[in-house]
Amino acid sequence: MALNASLRTALLWELLTGMWLTLKYMFGPKVTLNYPFEKGPLSPRFRGEHALRRYPNGEERCIACKLCEAICPAQAITIEAEPRADGSRRTTRYDIDMTKCIYCGFCEEACPVDAIVEGPNFEFATETHDELLYNKDKLLANGDRWEPELAKRLEMNAPYR
Amino acid sequence: MAEFVDGYLLPGLWIVAKILMLAVPLLILMAFLTLAERRIIGAMQMRKGPNVVGPFGLLQPFADAVKLLFKETVVPTGSSPVVFFLAPMITFTLALLAWAVIPLDVGMVLSNVNVGILYLFAISSLGVYGIVMAGWASNSRYAFLGAMRSAAQMVSYEVSIGFVMISVLLTAGTLNLSELVEAQRGMWFFLPHFPMFIVFFISVLAETNRHPFDLPEAESELVAGFMTEYSSMAFALFFLGEYMNMIMMSGIVSILFLGGWLAPHEMLPGLSVLAPIFTWIPGVLWFFFKICFCLFVFIWVRATFPRYRYDQLMRLGWKVFLPLSLIWLVLTAGFLVYTGKLAQ
Amino acid sequence: MIIATLAFYLFAIVAVISALNVIFQRNPVHSVLWLILTFFNAAGLFVLLGAEFVAMILVVVYVGAVAVLFLFVVMMLDINITVIREGFLKYLWVGATIGVILLAELAVVFGGWVMSPDAQKLRTAPAPAPDALSNTEALGSLLYTNYAYLFQAAGLVLLVAMVGAIVLTLRRRPGVRKQNIHDQVNRRVQDTLEIVKVETGKGVS
Repeated sequence: MALNASLRTALLWELLTGMWLTLKYMFGPKVTLNYPFEKGPLSPRFRGEHALRRYPNGEERCIACKLCEAICPAQAITIEAEPRADGSRRTTRYDIDMTKCIYCGFCEEACPVDAIVEGPNFEFATETHDELLYNKDKLLANGDRWEPELAKRLEMNAPYR
Repeated sequence: MAEFVDGYLLPGLWIVAKILMLAVPLLILMAFLTLAERRIIGAMQMRKGPNVVGPFGLLQPFADAVKLLFKETVVPTGSSPVVFFLAPMITFTLALLAWAVIPLDVGMVLSNVNVGILYLFAISSLGVYGIVMAGWASNSRYAFLGAMRSAAQMVSYEVSIGFVMISVLLTAGTLNLSELVEAQRGMWFFLPHFPMFIVFFISVLAETNRHPFDLPEAESELVAGFMTEYSSMAFALFFLGEYMNMIMMSGIVSILFLGGWLAPHEMLPGLSVLAPIFTWIPGVLWFFFKICFCLFVFIWVRATFPRYRYDQLMRLGWKVFLPLSLIWLVLTAGFLVYTGKLAQ
Repeated sequence: MIIATLAFYLFAIVAVISALNVIFQRNPVHSVLWLILTFFNAAGLFVLLGAEFVAMILVVVYVGAVAVLFLFVVMMLDINITVIREGFLKYLWVGATIGVILLAELAVVFGGWVMSPDAQKLRTAPAPAPDALSNTEALGSLLYTNYAYLFQAAGLVLLVAMVGAIVLTLRRRPGVRKQNIHDQVNRRVQDTLEIVKVETGKGVS
């Protein structure tokens, strides 16, 4: 046994097995995703860029209850509200500072009408800080743009809520 | 005037042309070596490596060069600027200088000196200066520690490199590199000297500060070792100097052990069927293939092994390799004298 | 031929300038670097003499090993120049005396210089053609025949010096736990690890 061990040392056996392993991996399949062209799978619970949703008839969902503003741990949300001409209570201002947001998803969970949601989009990098201070128009536009996916994600996640 | 043109100007221009014909392919090889390293290590780690710039990422080295060129050169306060900028130049120049005596094919060598091996040994032992000067001139603790480590490491491993070289040149009976390669006709020296081939290769890894002996730039302890304070083109020169050193050392390994420009069919009788093809391939290409093989092993080793601890490195050099190469030298000399094959 | 002459003057002038710089540099590290340049130019001069073996050995030994150690030591020292300069005038006369004595001795040596009677004969003796014998072979055949004993004696002196250096610096400290790599590498799972099937409520005794 001792002879065997010293023979292995002299022949650098362990080094050779290590090198054989790396050589095998060299010809094995690669796990790299060719990112802009290939993307990894996203969970329906993925918390990405925010969006404000609308009802199918085009009415905005948000009722200005300010629960999201209250729960936001980073205090990234600012809401001002007034009664609209038809008497319904709606926001006049709904701002999210995306540079403060920590993407915890509490706003989404606090919302009683599924108005504010975090969508699947994570590619919203900008070149200036100002572009990341989202206002109501931007959030509603996001909602319109991603609505099919947002609805699908909410539906997939509904059993666990 | 005519005498001046014929006697000095034309030969001088011819020498410059020969140097360029050798240096330019070397620099191109070096550029692609950086890419090859990243691609091969990537493949061994189940990644793809850089593949976006140009087809298969082939333009990546040039993109890197342009990026480095446009970066800002920073000279640390309290450094000594002349030594600071001399250091990378020395590192890079020395790696190129060795090619003056390395023969690429029969008679294809810049200067066929009689003490070729000694010249190579001298040049490779000078590599330590670039690093020590960089470490001292940077006026930084990390750089200084890296330089100290590297100096001790390179000096230690030079000893065993020297003894292995002596064993080889005893067998060949010459210090001239072209004659050394010719002496390997029929039997490349890596077969009779196989243990020394391994010792030499591992020592070369330590001498070039490559993995697993890259302690001078151990990033987990020393940031980047002697390169910590360097930026822009000065850094690029160091970086490229390391790769030039790899190519140079691969060239030396090929010359000493792998039969330089010789084709393998003379050594392996089984391959004699392929002899027409093998002899048709020029010797330069064989030499190139052997260098590429050595470079691949360099990279392969880097992808495989973790970094050595410093005291283990010193132990390996002084307590294992030095006695081993000394014993082998005595054995070689004894065998040659006994069989009467010692070159007169 | 003119190129060889030009090369000689280049090497010689650079050697002298860098040798002067070794003395006049304020920073000791710069001094060592200039010293290395001096070695290089000396090697160049040897090459011009046709003694390429000596030139290479000079580079390998002095530049590659000795000067590295110099640099090592000098870099480690944190020398304050002003402190060194303090005693300069006080010890000037000692240095000056030694210098004068050396100069006188050199003068005596050169004054009593007599050409060896054999020298002229040796010079005119037919030297082997340069192609027939490389100077490595010439040196070797001389060192290992005529001067074999002296060569071995020089080796012994170096060996004694090495042993002395090791004896002076080696100290055994008790209680130091050293890593035994051989034991570590040869350790096997069976020797150190025992897998026990533990019954519930019994525990391992």
